[in-house]
Amino acid sequence: MLDWLAHLGRLGLTLIAALGRSGVFLFQSLNGWPRSSEALRLWVYQLYSVGVLSLLIILVSGLFIGMVLGLQGYTILVDFGAEQALGQMVALTLTRELAPVVAALLFAGRAGSALTAEIGLMKATEQLSSMEMIGVDPLRRIVAPRLLAGLVALPLLSLVFAMVGVLGGWLVGVDWLGVDPGAFWSNMQASVSFRGDVVNGLIKSIVFAWVVTWIAVFQGYDLVPTSEGISRATTRTVVYSSLAVLGLDFVLTALMFSNLS
Amino acid sequence: MTESLGIIKNLHFARNDRPIFSGVNFRVRRGKITAVLGPSGTGKTTLLKLLTGQLRADQGDISLFGASVGSLGREALFRMRARIGMLFQSGALFTDMSVYENVAFPLRVHTDLPESMIRDLVLIKLEAVGLRGARYLMPSELSGGMTRRVALARAIALDPELLLYDEPFVGQDPISMGVLVQLIQKLNQVLGLTSVIVSHDISETLAIADYAYVLAGGRVIAEGTPEALQHSDQADVRQFVAGLPDGPVPFHYPALDFAEDLLAQGGAHA
Amino acid sequence: MPNRRWVEVAVGGFMLIGLIALLFLAFKVSGLSFDQRSQGFVVEAYFRDIGGLKPRAKVTLAGVVVGRVQRIELDEEWFEAKVTLQLEDGLEGKLSRDTAAAIQTAGLLGDNYISLSPGSDEALLMSGDTLWETQSALILEQLINQFIGNSARE
Repeated sequence: MLDWLAHLGRLGLTLIAALGRSGVFLFQSLNGWPRSSEALRLWVYQLYSVGVLSLLIILVSGLFIGMVLGLQGYTILVDFGAEQALGQMVALTLTRELAPVVAALLFAGRAGSALTAEIGLMKATEQLSSMEMIGVDPLRRIVAPRLLAGLVALPLLSLVFAMVGVLGGWLVGVDWLGVDPGAFWSNMQASVSFRGDVVNGLIKSIVFAWVVTWIAVFQGYDLVPTSEGISRATTRTVVYSSLAVLGLDFVLTALMFSNLS
Repeated sequence: MTESLGIIKNLHFARNDRPIFSGVNFRVRRGKITAVLGPSGTGKTTLLKLLTGQLRADQGDISLFGASVGSLGREALFRMRARIGMLFQSGALFTDMSVYENVAFPLRVHTDLPESMIRDLVLIKLEAVGLRGARYLMPSELSGGMTRRVALARAIALDPELLLYDEPFVGQDPISMGVLVQLIQKLNQVLGLTSVIVSHDISETLAIADYAYVLAGGRVIAEGTPEALQHSDQADVRQFVAGLPDGPVPFHYPALDFAEDLLAQGGAHA
Repeated sequence: MPNRRWVEVAVGGFMLIGLIALLFLAFKVSGLSFDQRSQGFVVEAYFRDIGGLKPRAKVTLAGVVVGRVQRIELDEEWFEAKVTLQLEDGLEGKLSRDTAAAIQTAGLLGDNYISLSPGSDEALLMSGDTLWETQSALILEQLINQFIGNSARE
């Protein structure tokens, strides 16, 4: 019993220590991020590998999720003779929930794991140490551009996701199942509010971007520099980010939408 | 007695409660090649990391270029490291840059030289390691020996005062080993560098070192000139220098008596 | 790493797509429009009870959407709802002065909207005019209560 308690205590301490380390890590990476043209170039490169390369998976998944929403929504709504409300349903589901959450989950799988593996490999092959020895802070040179790129890329990706999703719902609902296009759009426009739904969805995805990128780069930087360590850290990135995104989504939803009339 | 560039006094360091150093004294002599020898796992690389402030000592004084490493802030440490070149065990070239860009990297970061001067400097350094023709290759296209030579060119790009070598000879074929030994010696003489070599390749290291320390079990078990070490009659030093399989450092991992272990049936395997 | 030019172009394109998506969500999906001020063909109508009518609800004529509810306020003199309608510009000067406005419900449980029906007056409806012929929302609960009340009396 005592052993078990001691074990639990140690686990708690390890957890708190890791949290503290990651906080210091975040602060040091962002503190004194140089505002030079070189920094801008590095950031653009990272935006490419984190954002542009994730675009395809976001486009395809967004389209399919919108189409599924259109199909499922139609079959349910048509029972009540309310298939006119399809646009409203698709758009609200996407802007409020699915676009920020699913884009963040896909981002964690596609870009987050790649970030962890890349930084981890740099650590394992002593590239980070060697950069440090050359007198360049790897936190600024390697970590900060990646962190800031992720921060910008995910909100953009989730906007794209929402757009493509709505178009997918339109494709199935209007083009295929024959919902009236006027009713589709006007119901949507009547019920979706820019401030309440689109902006709140965007805020969610900015929060998710912070959390996912932070977890990914920290796991990469903090891992045990062996091949096993890298694979474990990559898995941890995806698992932790997904849990954090889903948990935070509940908190944010409660804060944003619980008092909506 | 020559002037000291770096001094470590009474160093204690533990990792995860496992002591790695207990009371190590160490001195880097200016203009000389100092070697740190010892079997694998005695923390030779850790010693270099402590010396350059990548790790912090639990106890003891470490000073380099006359400054106490332990008390320097992050910024000051990075400034100090610009005066140090380090050759890593794996070379640690940046995999997303070409050979040329790798060598140019320290110059671009620490100087505002025009591109033409950077080009000249990079070519001079690459010429010194005989790889001027390989400048457009990517690190993945290089052999192990070439990787290390490029890394050496990068380490000397800023004309450092101190050059640290972490296991420079590991995993090299005899030819590239010979090339590296010569390069290190030549660089030290021509550039007037101070070098520290951490290695367990005794014969190569002792051939070029001016002074050597033998580390084992977390402390310095012997120090002196290569000749003195080679003729030492201390049993553990002799075992290491001559490469004997058994001696004070046992060949066997601690275990039960062999006969008893064989007879103890039914235990572990049942 | 792919070459620098391509990276820059790709990242630029990526940001552009993000911006387009934001504009799409703003204007096409949530129907945001910059001209919230009274502009174009605007008429007012007073209702005794607007039921569940909301701003941005549609205004139809013969079933065709011809405008939107722009604003709903309480008229503090008569304690009626003053509803401002924004109609398509092309209709200005074509509808008769005595056009009627009724609040209807789409389906049994659907949203409220306003349905216009043209009158026979010679005078034509211009921007800023008021519709006098109005019919308030039918409120289902009231109807049911009336029905139950009537049948109890009989």
